Amino acid sequence: MNLKTANPALYYLQRTAFYLLVLLIAVYLLAPFVWAVLTSLRSPGDLFLTPREFIAAPTTLQNYAQVFSYPNFQRGLFYSLIVAVGSVLVSLLIGSFAAYALGRFRFKGKSVILYIILGVSVFPQIAVLGGLYSFLQGADSALNAAIEASSSGVLDRVLDAFRLYNRPLGLILSYLIFTIPFTVWVLTSFVRDIPGELEEAALVDGASPLQTLFLVLFPVMMPALVTTGLLAFINAWNEYLFALTFTSTNRTVPVVIANYSGATQFDQPWGPIMAASIVVTVPLIILVLVFQRNIVSGLTAGAVKG
Amino acid sequence: MTVNATAPARPRRTRGIEAARARQALWLLLPTLIAIALVAGYPLYRTFYFSLFDANLTSPDQRTFIGLDNFWFTTEDGVAVGFLQDPKWWGAVKNTLLFTVVSVFLETVFGMIIALVVNSAFKGRGLLRTAMLVPWAIPTVVSAQMWAYLYNDSFGLIGRGLLGGQAVLANTDTAIWALIAVDVWKTTSFMALLILAGLQSLPGDMYEAADVDGASKWTQFWRLTLPLLRPALLVALVFRSLDALRVFDVMSVMLGNVNAASTSMTGYARQALIDNQLLGMGSAVSVAVFLIIMVIVVIYVTAFRVKFD
Repeated sequence: MNLKTANPALYYLQRTAFYLLVLLIAVYLLAPFVWAVLTSLRSPGDLFLTPREFIAAPTTLQNYAQVFSYPNFQRGLFYSLIVAVGSVLVSLLIGSFAAYALGRFRFKGKSVILYIILGVSVFPQIAVLGGLYSFLQGADSALNAAIEASSSGVLDRVLDAFRLYNRPLGLILSYLIFTIPFTVWVLTSFVRDIPGELEEAALVDGASPLQTLFLVLFPVMMPALVTTGLLAFINAWNEYLFALTFTSTNRTVPVVIANYSGATQFDQPWGPIMAASIVVTVPLIILVLVFQRNIVSGLTAGAVKG
Repeated sequence: MTVNATAPARPRRTRGIEAARARQALWLLLPTLIAIALVAGYPLYRTFYFSLFDANLTSPDQRTFIGLDNFWFTTEDGVAVGFLQDPKWWGAVKNTLLFTVVSVFLETVFGMIIALVVNSAFKGRGLLRTAMLVPWAIPTVVSAQMWAYLYNDSFGLIGRGLLGGQAVLANTDTAIWALIAVDVWKTTSFMALLILAGLQSLPGDMYEAADVDGASKWTQFWRLTLPLLRPALLVALVFRSLDALRVFDVMSVMLGNVNAASTSMTGYARQALIDNQLLGMGSAVSVAVFLIIMVIVVIYVTAFRVKFD
């Protein structure tokens, strides 16, 4: 304010420079995405145009139509949804038990367990890739042997449902390696922040720990559960290394997008690839924008505190 | 680990209750501990175990113990077999370290600039804050494809426009810089978000006092903001560095799995393990990646005294 009256020229120069910086940041953050959206709305023939002609070219939804009629993409969306939702639900359920114990109970070895969980969250996934791969394959061959030995069709189908390789169940299981430590860590810090009186009252009334957790703490923790679940969902939805390795035909959507190819290796169908990319990204962006505040608090609880 | 501070003090006679609580805690923790043992502990043990064997991925039962030969072994004919003797491995290590150091450094600097801008009052601040979330929300594979398209030498805005039709991704030496740019774009907003959260928890009255004392904004940044942000910044740095060290998807999508093997440690390990089906050799490389990352964690934690609680 002082500068505005004392030296208006310098003030306005500063303001202009500042807004230029803001503009530059906005363009940097958004331009690649905007260009991808634009490409997804142009016909493949228009890719050769100069940028200016490209922007002015007619809008078409043909890339989206093509992507949605591509069976692998449809299945990819379906499998991604099952895998991400499945691993999130499992992690939230058992992670909240652990978070309750770690945030509220006093017992020997608590810090060791916390450090183990933190240690797993810095694990390079590659360190378990071979072990998990042979574990999934081994479990499946044991199932195969059991299916061959059994004579009942019903039992066959039950056993078949537990196959892991190339199945959503295998991915759900393997994703626990990063969703569980994350949910436990974030939920523990939320549990600590809940005032103790609530659950003391339940304890005095003779509620068991599970009753206390489900009836007293869960309602209070709802925002935390939603936040943590959403962040874990995003991680599972985006996962690539395990999905690429542990599936052969039942691909999740990131793997489908990574391997989306045209007739030859040099003929990349950029329009449909961008359309597919937009389709898997837009729901995430909407979720993130709706839950903005929760996300930032979840990230800081998960990352800054550890 | 600090004991829960919000719990009211319990009466003395509660030794029995304490023991019961400890038992209950164990039951509550059991599912998580089993899950961690199943998906992390046991596979990790198998990776260490197989690293000492000559084994194939398709028939892991037919394995022979060879000790550390996967790591270092020269045949009688003088053929180097161990991966530590493979220049391609060292190339992958070098590229990964370069990728990590440069991208984490740039992310921190850009993240700090963006966070400081968003933290100051101006019209449209909310919009910029929202825009910050977009690159972070985009899946890594999608951002890799978006940038592969931008870098494309015949269609891409950057490849055709800015670089005049150079195929940046075709050559490992230029590709690594292109990949760094992608990672910086994708994760700067994450860094900015964390720094912004740190900035907003700083006490405002200190800045008022500094203003009264006539300290310039520049001095305030170096003397007040940076030291106070240090703890938050360090933890963010550790996590970003670890993410960058285990990077795989950006390389795999933009360069293909063959070139990813000479650009990232994880890519090299995956090629040995899955593409070449060498369970023993691949496990040995995975052990090396694991150890490198663990050593870096320990260095970070001890050198900067990072506290996680």
